[in-house]
Amino acid sequence: MEIKKTAIAGTLESSDIQLTISAATNGISIDLQSDVKKVFGDQIEGVIKQTLSDMGIAAAKVKAVDKGALDCVIKARTIAAVQRATETTEQPAWEVL
Amino acid sequence: MKNNVDRELPTDLLQQMNYQPFATTEIGHPEVQRVAPKVRVTTGDDKVVDSIKKVVAATLKDGMTISFHHHFRNGDFVFNEVMRVIIDAGFKNLTLAPSSLTGVMNDIVIEAIKAGTITNITSSGMRGSLGDFVSHGGLENPVIFRSHGNRARAIEHGDIKIDVAFLGVPSADKLGNANGMEGDAVFGSLGYALMDAQYADKVVLLTDNIVDYPNTPASIKQTQVDYVIKVDKVGDPDKIGSGATRFTKDPKELKIAETVNNVITHSPYFKDGFSFQTGSGGAALAVTRYLRQSMIDNQIKASFALGGITKPTTDLLNEGLVQKVMDVQDFDKGAADSMHTNRNQQEIDASWYADPDNKGAMVDQLDVVILSALEIDTKFNVNVMTGSDGVIRGAIGGHQDAATGKLTIISAPLVRGRIATVVPDVTTVVTPGDSVDVLVTEYGIAINPKRQDLRQALSHIPGVPVYDIADLQKMAEKRVGTPKPLEFTDRTVALIEYRDGTIIDTVKQVKD
Repeated sequence: MEIKKTAIAGTLESSDIQLTISAATNGISIDLQSDVKKVFGDQIEGVIKQTLSDMGIAAAKVKAVDKGALDCVIKARTIAAVQRATETTEQPAWEVL
Repeated sequence: MKNNVDRELPTDLLQQMNYQPFATTEIGHPEVQRVAPKVRVTTGDDKVVDSIKKVVAATLKDGMTISFHHHFRNGDFVFNEVMRVIIDAGFKNLTLAPSSLTGVMNDIVIEAIKAGTITNITSSGMRGSLGDFVSHGGLENPVIFRSHGNRARAIEHGDIKIDVAFLGVPSADKLGNANGMEGDAVFGSLGYALMDAQYADKVVLLTDNIVDYPNTPASIKQTQVDYVIKVDKVGDPDKIGSGATRFTKDPKELKIAETVNNVITHSPYFKDGFSFQTGSGGAALAVTRYLRQSMIDNQIKASFALGGITKPTTDLLNEGLVQKVMDVQDFDKGAADSMHTNRNQQEIDASWYADPDNKGAMVDQLDVVILSALEIDTKFNVNVMTGSDGVIRGAIGGHQDAATGKLTIISAPLVRGRIATVVPDVTTVVTPGDSVDVLVTEYGIAINPKRQDLRQALSHIPGVPVYDIADLQKMAEKRVGTPKPLEFTDRTVALIEYRDGTIIDTVKQVKD
C-alpha cells in the first residue's frame, strides 16, 4: 500500500501510544520515545514493524511516542495510522485485524 | 558474598566499610552503647545571629557531617540558603546526612557534589535529577540509604556523627525553644529533626518567626540549641503539603483499597484496641475511609494510628474512632493543624517511632500496616528505591520499620502501564519478604506461605480470590510481556542498609 499523506493515531494519555506515519522512499524507520524503551523498546518496534509488514507497507517514517501501551494498543494504533495515511479507512484491510 | 535475600554483595566494599550482610529480620536483645553530643556551655544570651555566613564560618570545617530535616518537603527554603553559603565559602569533603532529600534540594546537591563540597551522602531516599545523577555515577562514594528508624539507630550508635545540624523551624524563641506548629510555614510534627537536635554537636535553628521567650510547646529545647538565625522565610506553606487531601476516584485504587480493608477486617487483628499505620498514597488514603465505616459497623475502636499522618487519620481521632495518633510527620495541613489543637495527637521522634535498637519502638506494637511498592517479587521482597529503568527514584521512609508490624499488607496494582509490579525478582531489595504478609492487587491477594495462620482467615472473603504470588507474577507478565533485563556496570553507587545496619542490597550504576 502507498502512503498518501502524513497521518496520526493515538493520544499521549497513559497506556496509549501516539504514532505519526509519513511517506519515505527507503524502508521503515522508527523514532521511538518511551519511558520503558530500555526494557520494551525492541518489542514495541517489533510490533509496529510486524503490523506495517502485515499491511503491506514497505517504506514509511514512523514517529512513536509511547506512554506504556500494551502490544494490542500498539497494533491498533498502527493499523489506524496506516489506514489514515493510505486513505483506506473506508475499506479497512480486514484480514490484518 | 551473598546475603540472606540472595543478593550478591561486593565483598571488598563491605569489608572496607565494615559492613555485615543482611541475615535476619529478628533484632534480638543485643546491648548497645549510645553516644552523646559535645556541649559548648553558655547561659544562652548570645544565640541569636543575623547571618548564616557567620554561623557556618564559626561551626563548619572540611570533612564534617552536616544534617537537615525534610519536614518542609518541596516548600523548603532553608536547605538551599544554607548550602549556597557552604558552597560559596569553599568547604570540601562534607558528608550530607539529612533525614531525606526532596526535589527542591536536587539542583544544589548536584552543584555541591561537582564542587567537591559534598563527597558522601546518607539519606532515606532521593528522586528526580539527583537520583539520576547518582545512578549515572556522579558521586564517587556510594550513597548509604537508611530507613527513618535506622537513621535514628545510626545516630544513636554514632554511625552517623552529626557535627552541625541546620534545622528550619516555623517558630522559635531567642534561646531555641521551637516547634513545627506555629508560624507561616507550619508542618506539624518535627519528628525526624528531633534526632538531630538531640545528637548533633552543634544545633543551628533557622526561623522566620522569633517569638517571645519561652516558646511552648517546645519540641526542640533550648538545652540542645547553639544558634538561632533569623531568616526572611523558612518555606513556602503551599508546597509543604496539600491543603486538603484529595480522595481518589481511580476505580483501580478504590478496588485495591476495598480489598485491603477486607483483608484487615477478616484478619484476627481487627478487634477493639487494634493499631494501624497507613501511607499517604491514593489507595492508602482510601483504605482509611473504608476502615472508618467498618470500625463504625463493628463498634471497634483503634488504640493508636502511627507514622506519617494525613487528615483522614486525624478525622478518625476527632470522631473518637482512634484513641491516639502517634505522629512522626504530617503529610497535609489538616494533620499539621490537628496536632496543635488535639492533645491526643502526640509528636514522636524517629527513635520512638521506629528505631530497632530500642527499649521498644512504636512499630513493635503495631498490628496492621499498609505499605506501597514499586515492585514486589515472588519471595515477597519489596523495592521502593529504584524505578523500571534501574535509576534511583524513591525512599525507604519507614517501609522496613513499619513492615515489622503483625499484619503487613503491600497494596499495589498488578501492573502500572507497561511495567509489571509483581516480578520474578525485584531490581533492589529494600524490605525483605520475611516481614511482608499479604499482597493486595486489583485482581486478588497473595499470602506469604510463611503465614499459614492467615490463610484460613483470608481464604473465604467474598469477591477476594487468593492466588499464589507466582501466579500473580505470571498474570502480570502475560499482560505486559517479558522485559529485557536491565543493564548495570559493576560500580556500586548506593548501599541499602536494612534497619539493623546490615546490607540488604546495593544499587549499581546504570549502563546507557
